[in-house]
Parts: sequence; C-alpha cells; structure tokens
Amino acid sequence: MPLDRRIVDEFVGVLGAADVLSDPIRTRTYECDGLTGYRVVPELVLLPRTAEAVAGCVKVCARHGVPFVARGAGTGLSGGALPVADGVVIGLNRLNRVLEVDVENRRAVLEPGVTNLEITAAASPFGLYYAPDPSSQQVCTIGGNVAENSGGAHCLKYGFTTNHVLSLEVVLPDGSLVTLGGDSAEQQGPDLRGVFLGSEGTLGITTKITVRLLRTPETMRTLLADFPSVAAGGQVVSDIVSAGIVPAAVEMMDALAIEAAEGATGAGYSLDTPAALVVELDGTAEECDDQFEQVKAICDKHGCTRLHIAGSPEERANIWRGRKAAFAAVGRISPDYIVQDGVVPRTRLSEVLDKIAEMADESGIRVANVFHAGDGNLHPLVLYSEANGEAEQAETLSSRIAELCVEMGGSLSGEHGIGTDKACSMPRMFGEEDLEAFHRVRAAFDPDDICNPGKLFPTPRLCGERPGKYRPHPLEEHGAIERL
Amino acid sequence: MPQQGPSAFDAIRPPERELLDDCVHCGFCLPTCPTYQLWGEEMDSPRGRILLMDLAQKGDIGLDGPFTEHMDNCLGCMACVTACPSGVQYDKLLESVRPQIERNVTRTKSDSLFREAIFALFPYKRRLRAAALPGALYQKLATVPAVRRLAAKLPGRLAAMESLLPPVTLREAFATLPVHTAAIGKRRARVALLSGCVQDVFFHRVNEATVRVLSAEGCDVLVPREQQCCGALEVHAGREESALGRARRTIARFETLDVDAIVTNVAGCGSSMKEYGHLLADDPEWAARAEAFSARVRDVSEVLAELYSRDDDGGPRAPRTPVQGRVAYHDACHLGHAQGVREQPRAVLRTIPEIELVDIAEAALCCGSAGIYNMIMPDAAAELGERKAGKIRDAKPDVVVTANPGCLLQIRKYLGEGAHGPVPLLHPVQLLDASIRGVEVPRS
Repeated sequence: MPLDRRIVDEFVGVLGAADVLSDPIRTRTYECDGLTGYRVVPELVLLPRTAEAVAGCVKVCARHGVPFVARGAGTGLSGGALPVADGVVIGLNRLNRVLEVDVENRRAVLEPGVTNLEITAAASPFGLYYAPDPSSQQVCTIGGNVAENSGGAHCLKYGFTTNHVLSLEVVLPDGSLVTLGGDSAEQQGPDLRGVFLGSEGTLGITTKITVRLLRTPETMRTLLADFPSVAAGGQVVSDIVSAGIVPAAVEMMDALAIEAAEGATGAGYSLDTPAALVVELDGTAEECDDQFEQVKAICDKHGCTRLHIAGSPEERANIWRGRKAAFAAVGRISPDYIVQDGVVPRTRLSEVLDKIAEMADESGIRVANVFHAGDGNLHPLVLYSEANGEAEQAETLSSRIAELCVEMGGSLSGEHGIGTDKACSMPRMFGEEDLEAFHRVRAAFDPDDICNPGKLFPTPRLCGERPGKYRPHPLEEHGAIERL
Repeated sequence: MPQQGPSAFDAIRPPERELLDDCVHCGFCLPTCPTYQLWGEEMDSPRGRILLMDLAQKGDIGLDGPFTEHMDNCLGCMACVTACPSGVQYDKLLESVRPQIERNVTRTKSDSLFREAIFALFPYKRRLRAAALPGALYQKLATVPAVRRLAAKLPGRLAAMESLLPPVTLREAFATLPVHTAAIGKRRARVALLSGCVQDVFFHRVNEATVRVLSAEGCDVLVPREQQCCGALEVHAGREESALGRARRTIARFETLDVDAIVTNVAGCGSSMKEYGHLLADDPEWAARAEAFSARVRDVSEVLAELYSRDDDGGPRAPRTPVQGRVAYHDACHLGHAQGVREQPRAVLRTIPEIELVDIAEAALCCGSAGIYNMIMPDAAAELGERKAGKIRDAKPDVVVTANPGCLLQIRKYLGEGAHGPVPLLHPVQLLDASIRGVEVPRS
C-alpha cells in the first residue's frame, strides 16, 4: 500500500525533494543488502545529510507509525538492512565525514557513513589505526559495524567493535537525539552503549560514533602455511593457543575458498592444497621473532607442506587481499551463495568441519570454508544455483549448519548478525524467557515496533512461512487465511 | 525473481544472462565508483546498474526513463571491474547495454543534437584541424551540418566543447609523422603506430615523442597513411554500427603489416582496439581477423616494458639524462582499469635517472573526462575534475603525467596554476623522450 501523499510530503519537507527517492524503479535498487536471497522493495528511500535530518525523518515515521530500516553501504550478510514493505529505508551513507582525529587521546569521531578503512586512513599519518577489520572494510561503514558489532580477522587479539567504541550519538525510535556512553570507557550507570551496540538497527539509528584508536604495531609478521588437511590446520591453531601465543590473526581457508580467492586476487595461495592457514603476529620485533619461530615449529610438526613468509608489506597486503576477497570471490565458482557465520569452541573445530562436509555431501550442495580459526568463527559458504532450483536446499543446509554450531556448544553468529537470515533459528539458542527479556528491552526503546521490525527475533510472519521466496502457507492453501 | 515478460532488450547482443548472474551484490565496487562517490545513490552504483539491467532483461522494467538515465550517468571508467572480487565483466555488460539504448530509446532533441555534433567532429582529423584554427570553431565548422545546427540552437554546449580543446599551433595541428622510422642500432621489434584523431591534431608532439622513443629503443616504427579513427569514442558511447565500421577499417589498414605489435599511446584507443575481437565475435567475416588484430595491440608503455624485461638483449638501450623532481603518474581509467596496465608505465618512468615517482591518492577514481562524458555530463565531470585536481595538488608534483589526451585536457582544466606557474602536464613518453634527448622537460 503506497504511503499517504501527506506523509511523503512531510519527508520532503524535512529533506527536500532531491533526497527522497520514490520512483519504484530507483527504490528497487535498495531491495536487498549483501544477502540477496531476501528482497523487499521499500516505499521510499530517504537520504539525509545530517544527524538532525535523520532525527527529522524518524519523527515523521514515529508520528505516522511508518516502519523504517537504517542502511549503510548495504554489505551486510544477514539481511539486517532488508527493507520493510510499506516502510522507508534511511540511507546513512551521505553522513560520511571524519569529524575529528584526537591524536593525544587516541580517539576519532565519525559520522556513520565513514567506511571502516577510512578511519585507519585518517589515523595512520599519526601512527594510529582502528583495529576491528571486517573483510569488507574498504566498503562497509562504521554505522553498520556498530549495528552488527562487527568483527574481522584481527578481533582474535583486539576484540570486536564493542571493545573499540566509546560513545554513540543515536536517534531513538521516537526521533529524539541522545548520546550513549562517554569519552572514557568507564561510565556510571547501566551500559546503554553496550545494549545499543550490536542491536542490529532495532533500537535506533547511530548518527555519530567515537572510537578508540590503537598505536600501529611496531612489527607485523605474516605467514602462509599449507596443510594436508583442514584437521591438521585446526591442530596447529590449538597448539599455537596452548603455547600461550596470542596471534593478531589466525585464518583458515579450504581448497574451494582458496580457488576463489586466488582467482580474484592472484595473491599467491597454492591451488593444490586442501587447507591453508594465515597466521599473523604483531608487537615488538623481539616478541614477534621469538613467537614466529615457535609458530613455524608447530606448523612443521603438523605436516606443513609449504610455508611462505611475507617478505614485504606489499606481500602481506596481498595475502590479506586474497583472504578478504574470499566471500565475494566465491561468485567466481558459484552463481549464488549463502555465507554462514556460526561459532564453535575451537577444540571442536575439526569435528564440526567433518560434520559440515557430511551434511554437504548428503544434500549434494557444495560448501566452501573460510574462517577465523583462532576464535572458532566459521564462515561456511553454501554454494548453489538459484537458476537450477537449489535455493531452498541451500537455505535448509545453511540453517542446519548454523544450528549445528549451537548444538556443538557454540553460537549462531560470530559477527554478521542474526538479521533476517537467522531470526528463525534464535529459539535453538535461546529459551523462551531469554527471548521474552530481549523483547522487553526492545519494547523499551521501540514500543511501536517501527524500528527495523522483523529482524533479530523470530516472528510468526517470518518463521511460520519458510524464509526466502513466497510460498503459500498451508492455511492459505486451505482458504483459512488470506495474505494481505 | 523469475522472468516477468519479454526482455526489454532487443535481440541484438543483449547483456548475457551469465554475466548478469556473476554479480553477487557484495558492494566492493562502491568505493571506486565515481557516481556513487558523488551522489551516494544505489542506482548510480555498478551493482545498482547491474540490478537494473537484470530487471530489464527479465522484462520487469523498460529501457526508457530511469534505466537510461542511470546508464547514461555511468562514466564507463571500469574501476568496478578492477574492484570486483567476483570477476563481474561490467565492461561487457555496459557495452552491450549502451547500443540497446541508442537503438531503442528516443533522446530529447537537445541531447541528440549535441551527441550528433560530438560525433560529427571528434572522429575526423580534418574537422578537428579546422576546430584548432585560432577562434575558429563557430566559423570553420559551419560546414559540418550537425555542428551548425548545434551552434544555432545551443551555443552554450558548443562553448563547453570548445573549452576542452587545448591551444595548439597551426604547425602542430597540420604536421604529419614519417611513414617509416628506422630503429636506432640493432632492431629489437617492428611496430605500427595508430596516430589517432585528437591525439594527432592536438597532441602531435606526443606522437613525435613516441616515434623517437620507440626508435631510440630499437623499434622500427611504421605510421600507415590514411588511418582513420579507431572508433573508441563511439564504442564507449554505444554508437555501435558506426563504431564497428571504424573497427573493420582500422583492422583492414593494419592487419597486413608485418609488425610485432600495433601500438597506441592513447588509453581509450588501446582499450577499444583490444576489444575488437569481442565486438566483432558475431561477424563471421571479421571475427578471426578482429581477434588476431586485438591480440597484437599494445600500449606504448607495454612495448617498452617488454623490451626492458627481455632476457635476450633486454633493458633500456638509449642513454638517459637525469630528470629531477616529483613526477605524479595519473592512471588513465582506460589504461589501468580497462587494460590492467598499471605497472608498465611506472616501470618505464623509473628508467629515468633521479626521477621521484609519486602516487596520487584515490588513484582508482576517474578524473571525470571519460570519453565524451565531460561534454555531455558537465556538472558531474566538473566535480570529479575538482576532486582529482585536489588530490594531485596534495601530491605536490613538479610534473604530472598520464597516458590519455582526455585526462590531460580534463586535468589541465581543473588543476590551475601552481606556485611557479602551470605544472607541466605530459604523456609519460614525453618525459622519457626529454630524458633520452637530454633536453629540458617540455611545458606541455
């Protein structure tokens, strides 16, 4: 149902006509984020340029009960920015200024549309950087990182987005502009910043972020090691951690993922190995050298077939480019794919991977594996072809993998969020009481359920029907209910 | 989404389904897309445009209106092709979509008038020479009907066109290159040079420098007479019929020559000539000839870099004199993104003693020239031009070099004067030529 003309006029009053997209062909290009299996065309796309304009838009939404969905670069992999039918998308990508780099206090103040990598670019002339590094860091925005509590390869040592955000200016679902947190990490009272961070756009819209910056490490050492099996690689990871070494990053890729990444970047990965590990150490030169020798010995012990040490910053950058392009590069070996994001205890890594391989064989769908091995965050990539009618099978397999992670004592999502994709799996991980508590928190911020509704929590509408393409509900088929 | 109805594209080379399906919507193309950087709107980003192409192919939307608008907005810089981890061939997609628009969408009167005028002028050396005469554009071109109509109806746009044409001496505009120049010393290769249209009239000195450098480095250089435009501007604007005619004529002119490479010093020409094989793939008479031709096309920096890295008799041969100062190399999109030639020009420049080669920030972002783009989309082009000029100034160069006349003109327009007068803007080969000849670095 199209929005009332008067409501549209109110948005135009706030933003001006040029920043309100209503043409159905143009709004169509906002129908999905990085998870393309779900698509909903919004009524309007609003493109504000200031925090005040964002607040103005949300006030109009609140006044008329119009659901809204915040969107940054639209790279999310859990459908967190999937529009709501009859609702509006509020794009934050034009709020893209680095407002301040406070070198002395090692802080930066950012608008939400600044990309993750731009923070480091602004800080690096002062020997500082922003630590969390999602693989899409050159395009994903800090606003989206806050919404999803994004991680990245280096979160093993440095922690997730929440460990690096000091304060947030947010627009609450009633349109009020408030600040959560403060300049220091220690704040009085309940940690509302902590509640908001990672709430996947369901509690409000971030309009300004103050982050901590770290000093660029003195030394970085990166090695690329091939192994005869994923299990051997997994053993190496366990041994490294048991030896008391905290690497900056430990990443593993299997043969399919390597094929895709190497095809995209030509970064120098071996194409004939079943598994490869990227291990990076950072710190003082002495510490790195010492630990590096230990890591090499552990690799040898587990039958490493090729060990390559990045000899220059360019080579290191290449290795990372390959690893970070892996998801998108999978497009080279499969027309469609779903990225999963489960977490398992590191000790059960090989067990889970064997199980995933089994499940993949059973369903006849290929699964590639890329993962943050150090913290047990798996990214199985379920490869399928929608044109060949494999979408449903792939979705089922993907959900089963996520649920397997929970059964193994892990979690549904490490860093990509629950969004639309995994909302229906939430009851596997949380009991009714937990979910109820979540609902109460959400309702405290958004009593009218207009702020990114349908995400994060299972809803009858979403989960009663199978997610994905429309299929009539059994009750619909019997004529008992009607779809509006 | 399944097919909704008949495709909005006609049957002549519509965008291929497999190529559309390659896009996984990851968004890695957004940071280097000039229009997304300017406007921050999804439908003016590569993945947004591919989504629109997909909808049109599935018959869900038509080609007129927003579809054409957003395809027209694309500069065709191909930065997205470089950025894409999935290997999406946006270049091929765009090149199949633009002719569809030209055939099937009626443009506004003023838009089509202007486009006609551009294509009545640029591919013709003789008309460009007329335009080069001092203050001549209006009078001397009055003989070209398309230009006359434009001048009568839209004098402002004609002025926009004129402001991009550089001052040139009559001697230069009418000079011609020798048909044959022998290699100095033992011959290492034999090449034929495309002298170009804009290049030969407004940048004849670049062609002269190219011939001198190639010869000094051991190449026999042929410059066949009666060359015509290679069709690059038309290929990139979707004027397919006319462009293919030019491609066939260029192939016919060069294919019989006994040379190791067909050389160009213009990024745009090189990129379209390397595409001939693909463009003529459906033409039984020309497919094989076009492919053989394309396989021999090289940018001048590729030829030199290859000579320098040869095992047998390799390396720079001509003695160089030092060139002191900061030299900023600007990657022309049609060289870097479209041809993947980034290292070779830098490697060639590094053979000049004492040169300090500096990079320009946001190197992947287009300067806004983009073929005819700065004439038909002057506002967006101006913003991009200003942005690029700012990044170039930040690099504090003493000289700026780039391998495309469009970029040279665009950057010249926006860079303005430095502390010591205008910063020389050159083709890399001019700098190498000055070093080899031991003469002062030219001012233009």
